[in-house]
Amino acid sequence: MSSTAILGNTEEKIQEVTSVTVRFAGDSGDGMQLTGTQFTNTAALLGNDISTLPDFPAEIRAPQGSLPGVSGFQVNFSSMDIRTPGDEPDVLVAMNPAALKVNLPDLHEGGILIVNENEFIKSNLDKAGYASNPLTDGSLKGYRLISIPITDLTYNALTEIEMTKRNKERCKNFFALGIVFALFDRPLEPTYQWIDQKFGAKPEVAEANRRTLKAGFDYADTTEIFTTHYRVRKASLPPGKYRKITGNEATALGFVAAAELTGRPLFYGSYPITPASDILHELSRLKNFGIKSFQAEDEIAAMGAAIGAAFAGHIGLTGTSGPGVCLKSEAIGLAVMTELPVVIINVQRGGPSTGLPTKTEQADLLQALYGRNGECPVAVVAPSSPSDCFNMAVEAVRLAATFMTPVFYLSDGYIANGAEPWKIPQLSELPAMKQVLRQDPTGFLPYERDEQTLSRPWAVPGTPGLEHRIGGLEKQHRAGNVSYDPANHDFMVRLRAEKIARIANYIPDLSVEGDPEGDLLLLGWGGTYGAIATATEELRRQGYRVSNAHLRYLNPFPRNLGDVLKRFKRVAVAELNLGQLNLLIRSAFLVDTVSINKVAGKPFKISELIARCKALL
Amino acid sequence: MTEPLKIAGASETPLNLQRTDFISDQEVRWCPGCGDYSILFQVQSVLPKLNIPRENLVFVSGIGCSSRFPYYMNTYGFHTIHGRAPTIATGIKVANPDLSVWIITGDGDGLSIGGNHFIHVLRRNLDVNVLLFNNRIYGLTKGQYSPTSEFGKKTKSSPMGSIERPINPLCLAIASEATFVARSIDVDTKHLAATIERAARHKGVSFIEIYQNCNIFNDGAYKPISDKEVRAENMLYLEHGKPMIFGKDRNKGIRLNGIKPEVVTIGENGVTEGDLLVHDESAADPTLAYLLTQMDFPNFPVPMGVFRNVFKPTFEELTAQQIEAAMAHGKGSLEKLLNSGDTWVVE
Repeated sequence: MSSTAILGNTEEKIQEVTSVTVRFAGDSGDGMQLTGTQFTNTAALLGNDISTLPDFPAEIRAPQGSLPGVSGFQVNFSSMDIRTPGDEPDVLVAMNPAALKVNLPDLHEGGILIVNENEFIKSNLDKAGYASNPLTDGSLKGYRLISIPITDLTYNALTEIEMTKRNKERCKNFFALGIVFALFDRPLEPTYQWIDQKFGAKPEVAEANRRTLKAGFDYADTTEIFTTHYRVRKASLPPGKYRKITGNEATALGFVAAAELTGRPLFYGSYPITPASDILHELSRLKNFGIKSFQAEDEIAAMGAAIGAAFAGHIGLTGTSGPGVCLKSEAIGLAVMTELPVVIINVQRGGPSTGLPTKTEQADLLQALYGRNGECPVAVVAPSSPSDCFNMAVEAVRLAATFMTPVFYLSDGYIANGAEPWKIPQLSELPAMKQVLRQDPTGFLPYERDEQTLSRPWAVPGTPGLEHRIGGLEKQHRAGNVSYDPANHDFMVRLRAEKIARIANYIPDLSVEGDPEGDLLLLGWGGTYGAIATATEELRRQGYRVSNAHLRYLNPFPRNLGDVLKRFKRVAVAELNLGQLNLLIRSAFLVDTVSINKVAGKPFKISELIARCKALL
Repeated sequence: MTEPLKIAGASETPLNLQRTDFISDQEVRWCPGCGDYSILFQVQSVLPKLNIPRENLVFVSGIGCSSRFPYYMNTYGFHTIHGRAPTIATGIKVANPDLSVWIITGDGDGLSIGGNHFIHVLRRNLDVNVLLFNNRIYGLTKGQYSPTSEFGKKTKSSPMGSIERPINPLCLAIASEATFVARSIDVDTKHLAATIERAARHKGVSFIEIYQNCNIFNDGAYKPISDKEVRAENMLYLEHGKPMIFGKDRNKGIRLNGIKPEVVTIGENGVTEGDLLVHDESAADPTLAYLLTQMDFPNFPVPMGVFRNVFKPTFEELTAQQIEAAMAHGKGSLEKLLNSGDTWVVE
């Protein structure tokens, strides 16, 4: 949440505030993601709670200075517990007219607006569609406009450095970063350290970046462009060791940890796709953990290879986004029929078709549940935040291996690229989930069932006496031979459904935040947790009887879900699609729910949810 | 290479396996007279010679008549989905390089719906054996033209004749840098068995196109070349290091004219055996192998045997080597990994 204190005028030189949201915006070649990340890292190291929202175009380099080429990075940092990157920035850094045009509508009334005035020339104004220069035509008078010739000052700072003009100009993002560090009274050391690590081999580049950063800081400090500087104290997070983590990083770590816990090697088959590729990059460099990563020729091959690896005794993992899941669907059905432990990561993005590759959405839920031919049940889990990606990755593997089933893991672009502090778990806190392969040939039948879980034995090639054949044709109960018997097919279809249903006995109950009963329950799933929890907390603070609950297990649902729903006068289901969970809830529980949805490629704002809830109360 | 390389999954001690050890309890359900029976029999006959215990063998197939094959083998087996056998086999082989993995596919499964995976499994040089049963027809769906059906072929789905030119599987295999490429035929059981054995002993990917007769939907497709009476005239058996000679009287041969092969008769127009092209299956350059793939009936005898046989590191070896190198200083510590990067402590 934004702090209103930062917006008011004050006489004090240094003022304490609880939360601030800053957005860095510029051309996609301006290094805004890097600038935002460096600011975030420093905030995290200073002990603030943080939450970030990178927002970049799908084009690697859209035409320079154009509106589609604008790249932004928003960070919310706070001395309080925060769960979202903030609705509206308090501070906007706009490196060119296009960045201003795209981002100004989000800036708080009275917010601080830092612009690089060197870029506000006729040609750039034209590209952004400005008829007149907003820096001089008075249209920005509602904001605290700080116009700085950032490019010129960057050149000045680097007069003694031997470098091309183009390379000098590329340092200007660090001048802007220095300015914002000064505004919030932040140290430069963490960024210096990063510069030295990154450019160690190119001392002149390292020196140029150090000088520019320092120059920006000193400029803001000595010219008194800011009458007030702001300080955000440490957050009182639960004790422990922390690191900053994005959802994709946490996903990769979670699967590495999960495989170790099962005692089985991890195989990752994937085909590059936005926004899931970072998981492939991360797992590819962890070969010292014995992870076998395989960049397949296509999505189908990635899924097929994961199935083959699972048949041979590995944890079979594949990762993609929605369009890739379409291609994998037939093979997922094969994994259901052959009952092998595979996990399918879907980092959801805007659809349908190629849709919005770099923007977030939650519209693949029904695809995960039903997007295959035949009665083809799979387990579905969804992490609720960047750090929760770690937990749910472990859970996905636990369910896949315990029940010998494919499991869908539904992340999304928002939590995949967003970052927050992560309390690093102790290994002893992680669940015990050691998997034992079948060895004993006595009485072995490939489709024999465990009485509790209904899972079949994991019997892998290379084991003497367990030779057997599996495949996509219907299986005879227990024996596993091909069977066209009508009664057997009916039995097996129900058995596969029952196996997934029984997972409900092995997952935690749904917990309710706020009172267990009341006027309104706001139900959500996956990456929308931060906005939903913050919105309902604010509503409760305002005296409303509103609670929230968040589903991280989507198939099967937690056993107590029906009871939770019954205790509220109204239930609203908030999701970034046209009501997919809502449809499931209504059909499963016959509850007259209300759907709160948004499909704009962006996460919910807290204020939006508050307004939508109030309209229901 | 002089030393025979160890076959993946083979035992060091003699197992004394018999053909019957590889017959599963499932009733074989191909049409009576189908060429698949012969291929199944030859594979089951060759396996005892390889000394691979049954538990180390995995037969992986896609969809089609040929893809029922794994059910009839008393080994591990995976009857997967249409065209995708190479992908599942890749996962199996990378997970456990000590298995002997066989891919059973057909002209539709391997070259049409699975064409992409076919190329990639070959270029990666995964140490698996790919047997492609080519009957030039879709049998399981009851008689549509396939990607290897001849131009103009009349089928249920091409009543006025197919307007597609057929794909050449061996040419595609060579273009995909397969390290072992061969052709054989269901009715020449001795040659088929010998070719399967050589493929199995090859370290790296091995590909055999097996001409196979579908006596229901495309009967006699290979009759003009494979009938006992004409076989010697219309087939050329390739032998490494030997001149390319064929014919009932062993007096015909293949000579290179410029960059084109031509059929000549020894003793006519001064042609001697010394003028003939000598087969070199292990040539580093694939040009000769490619030339041979272009020789087809009726202008040429159809070459049978090993077209290409070269050695390159296998995909699963390279995968394992990278992991080994990364682990040279010990296996990664999960605790260290979780605690890596910039961390801070909240008291």
